[in-house]
Amino acid sequence: MFDLARTRADFPILHQQVNGKPLVYLDNGATSQKPRCVIDALVHYYERDNSNVHRGLHALSMRATDAYEGARARVAKFIHAADPAEIIFTRGTTESINIIAHGWARAHLKAGDVILTTEMEHHSNLVPWQQAARAVGATVRYIPVLGADAEGGLDYAALDTLLTPAVKLLAFTHISNTLGTINDAARLCARARAIGAVTVIDAAQSIGHTRIDVEALGCDFLAFSGHKMCGPTGIGVLYGRRDLLDQLAPDETGGGMVVSVTYEGATWKPSPERHEAGTPNIADAIALGAACDYLDEIGRDAIAAHDHHLAQIAMEKLSVIPGIRIIGPRAGQPRGGLVSFAFAEVHAHDIVTFADEDGLALRGGHHCNQPLMRKLGLTSTTRASFYLYNTAAEIDVLVASLHRIQKFFVG
Amino acid sequence: MSADLSELYQQVILDHNRRPRNRGKLPTANRVAHGNNPSCGDECSVHLRLDGDRIAEITFDGSGCAISQASASLMTTQLKGKTAAEAQKLYDEFHHIVTTGEAPAEISDLAAFAGVHTFPARIKCATLGWHAALNALKGDPLPATTETHKD
Ligand SMILES: Cc1ncc(COP(=O)(O)O)c(C=O)c1O
Repeated sequence: MFDLARTRADFPILHQQVNGKPLVYLDNGATSQKPRCVIDALVHYYERDNSNVHRGLHALSMRATDAYEGARARVAKFIHAADPAEIIFTRGTTESINIIAHGWARAHLKAGDVILTTEMEHHSNLVPWQQAARAVGATVRYIPVLGADAEGGLDYAALDTLLTPAVKLLAFTHISNTLGTINDAARLCARARAIGAVTVIDAAQSIGHTRIDVEALGCDFLAFSGHKMCGPTGIGVLYGRRDLLDQLAPDETGGGMVVSVTYEGATWKPSPERHEAGTPNIADAIALGAACDYLDEIGRDAIAAHDHHLAQIAMEKLSVIPGIRIIGPRAGQPRGGLVSFAFAEVHAHDIVTFADEDGLALRGGHHCNQPLMRKLGLTSTTRASFYLYNTAAEIDVLVASLHRIQKFFVG
Repeated sequence: MSADLSELYQQVILDHNRRPRNRGKLPTANRVAHGNNPSCGDECSVHLRLDGDRIAEITFDGSGCAISQASASLMTTQLKGKTAAEAQKLYDEFHHIVTTGEAPAEISDLAAFAGVHTFPARIKCATLGWHAALNALKGDPLPATTETHKD
């Protein structure tokens, strides 16, 4: 285990009061906080190296280019990609998935084909596939989620019937942002590969929390956001196998991604430039590299163990609150560092407003997961999501606050 | 509990949240409008029977936070028997209360929502049912939402 007090000291934002109480930030599923080294990387870049990349021959431009391409190589190492050219910088998970849904899916899918996904996807890994399917006359099918509280996770047995030759693409989340379920990504990729389907992993919730090795997972594409892994907002990654990225039509065209332009047309560079038209988000990419360094210094296995530890404590202490319904894996089962729950008598937004009084940052709502909520007969849940700087004492603050809220509304 | 929070969750509001009035569908309705705030998931449909220009009967159904449900419940008790013009005037007063916290003495029940003004993010919860009701009165087929405007 790492030194929690030292880790907390790395995050300037944590040391403040909210409504007169120490901030207890449990909204990490939405976005994580940033350590000093990431903030410093941004400041350093703007104070010392700021310049446009790739096109300049002067000192600053070369420094900026080295730092930007260095960040690409750093991210490649972070997910164990074979080649930095397999890393495309995007705005985030949503844009990464859209690039595949526009470029790959529309070029390779035809009427009658099937895009397979799951019933637990974030809207960002669902709506783009529905749109792509609509555009080409393909169908979206869903791997069911088992159990009245979705406690059973994905129905892997259903893969036998769902994985037909018509399935051309399988897209799924690594860790559910609503349930905390950890999906067996390697197993899903292997099954898809066996029938020749392309795989897309939404790693938004897993990237900063667990070790990710794209080669071991055996995926074709993987998408994530920097802001959920201690990096800045506005930067994310699309990983793709080199051969797939080099064939993929660019979603955007313009400067920086062309080999030769005439008045008649243009030709494209290979990946990654091919998929990064225009001036990229240089500063945030560099700071994302710093976030990779930070997380690896602490160790993602240690972070995963910490998440698991907090989630189990939370499960134990929350499950005894009268009237609570917790969705996702049962206590004792593996789960990511988050817990989603609902009370019949108290709406999530009332909980979040009350908890805010106690300095707690929680999230209430459908978590961009409307179809799953509907399936579970819920309109919203309250979610507490943990990260490497959260403590067991903070869970006690949450539990005390929930008891108080329950008492106020139910009596 | 802070003074702001106890202002927000007045007894009147808690009571309407626990025991909503006029909740459910209305088989005799001749006007129905749906309201929803997609980013927070609150939903509220208003069913009413207009008799000439007057609201003869009114019910609501849906789901959402205590503020949105209590507001819709209380609204139904206030709107019954009113004309469309009177309903609009009442809404304008309600809107003034939830955005400024100033409540004229004569409208005591709606004044329970004065505490909302210190929680700007919750104003849209308090006004959702009202927007649905006004749409129903106008015969506006579009679902109402209070997420796109400031109120
Ligand atoms: C599982 C999952 N997928 C996708 C996203 C979308 O990420 P972003 O908004 O950074 O593009 C999120 C963020 O909430 C998420 O949790």
